[in-house]
Amino acid sequence: MSSRRSYWWGLTALVFVYALWPVAWIISLSLKRPEDLTDGRFIPRSVSWDNYRSIFESDQFLYALRNSVGIALISTVVAVTLATFAAYAIARLEFPGKSVVLGGALAVAMFPQISVISPIFDIWRRIGLYDTWLGLILPYMTFTLPLAIWTLSAFFREIPWSLEQAAQADGATPFQAFRKVIVPLAAPGVFTAAILVFIFAWNDFLFAISLTSTDRARTVPAAIAFFTGNSQFEQPTGAIAAAAVVVTIPVVVAVLVFQRRVVSGLTSGAVKG
Amino acid sequence: MTVATGKVSHARTDAAARRRPTTDRTRAERRLGWLLVAPATIVMLAVTAYPIGYAIWLSLHRADLRFPDDTELIGLGNYGDVLTSDLWWTDLLTTLFITVVSVAIELVIGMALAVLMHRALVGRGVVRTSILVPYGIVSVVGALAWQFAFTPGVGFVNQWLESDTAWLSSRGTSLAVIIATEVWKTTPFIALLLLAGLATVPHNLTEAAKVDGATAWQAFTRVTLPNMRNAIIVAVLFRTLDAFRVFDTIYIQTRGANDTESVSILGYNQLINRLNLGIGSAVSVLIFVCVVLIAVGFVKGLGVTISQGRTR
Repeated sequence: MSSRRSYWWGLTALVFVYALWPVAWIISLSLKRPEDLTDGRFIPRSVSWDNYRSIFESDQFLYALRNSVGIALISTVVAVTLATFAAYAIARLEFPGKSVVLGGALAVAMFPQISVISPIFDIWRRIGLYDTWLGLILPYMTFTLPLAIWTLSAFFREIPWSLEQAAQADGATPFQAFRKVIVPLAAPGVFTAAILVFIFAWNDFLFAISLTSTDRARTVPAAIAFFTGNSQFEQPTGAIAAAAVVVTIPVVVAVLVFQRRVVSGLTSGAVKG
Repeated sequence: MTVATGKVSHARTDAAARRRPTTDRTRAERRLGWLLVAPATIVMLAVTAYPIGYAIWLSLHRADLRFPDDTELIGLGNYGDVLTSDLWWTDLLTTLFITVVSVAIELVIGMALAVLMHRALVGRGVVRTSILVPYGIVSVVGALAWQFAFTPGVGFVNQWLESDTAWLSSRGTSLAVIIATEVWKTTPFIALLLLAGLATVPHNLTEAAKVDGATAWQAFTRVTLPNMRNAIIVAVLFRTLDAFRVFDTIYIQTRGANDTESVSILGYNQLINRLNLGIGSAVSVLIFVCVVLIAVGFVKGLGVTISQGRTR
């Protein structure tokens, strides 16, 4: 029995290394001194915080961090609010066109985002949304609404009908029943949807490099791609690695702390029987 | 939100009452339903349906932002230009190659991870926790980590292999690094979907097969796999459509050099570097058509029911 246990532990260790070596490697790079960056060692010879100090002294990075946090948070709040309304209607109310909405959401989930880049680029330039927060928030909401709607409607279906009926029998309007009875029960589902939306908005690269041009709205993933060294002969590898670690920390922490919710959100609705 | 406050004096009694379309009650419910789905629907339409329509319109025009006064209707000319260029076909083949190879590898590794998580005596939590990190990590960061690892001088890979291969300077090795990055980043998604599928296969089915003399491998291939067919197809479909859009990894690692360009990179270059809206939109529409064909092919060819369990 103990040999079987060590066999499973061996496999587990293998997966652990496979999944985490790139993270360990980028952390290692971010801690290397400039003169050690090209030594090709996985473990840094000596640890230095200079790379972190330099990015937190650069306006380019600080603006990008501000944009990333603001845009991702606003997208999350608005998308989850709209998805909550829609999912409640889909799970609880009878109305014609429900399957059209669900089918449309499914289509959006499979939609190739590159296909709307050209037209959105042109429309945003005309109506003044190019290089603004709203110009990124709108696509992030759009492409996260389907996942949020499915996750939430799956959650809403689990909530006992009778409570809502009881509230309505006691004179509550359908909206009051929604707000005072369903919302507290659905909070865990809402939270799950919020994490998934935040991860998408935080991680996006395509919209961020296509629809921004300056520090005004450029997010960290896009800013990293445009990082330049102090001279054209110097690759800013250390600074890029440090910025990469900083932008990774919030997501990894969120995913690890709320892993049960992330897993249930990813698989809810996607696989049924 | 005041529209639905009219007639709620009596609680709904049964499903039959809701099916009758004439009562105030159902009319109020309908209105509330439409009102609640409207904002989400409008946003989704405004940022997908309207732009794709506009893309089709643009693709039929000569629309070059460097010469804005020369915009005119030229019919299918842009499509002719794209479809007769070697670049489009090279990029399409590259994209399909990356898609097929990475999804195939992901399916195998993902299934192994799913079985590991499903059956593990120990360490189940460790496996799940560690594979969630590649899923959650910013794709640009993942691409950079792999790129630096394979960069001569900076990376540890050449150090360990004692070689001086310039991995990202030739087509074959570049594609290998790109595919490895994609596989690392997205296998967790497949593994989690397959794990959910595994959980739906009744345990007594595989036990019965073993009692009848099947080996563990036979029980897995003959009983477990057929019973989770739908989960596998859905996972592969979602990942195939996702892999076909591959952009971030290639943009970071090679910018499409050495024939590693995907169709998404092509569309982006036409727009941002050449400012050619007409050609860029034609590429966008063609990518959209490819995705629709892949999705329809899956649904028709394999008879998958994706929305099963979603509609009430």
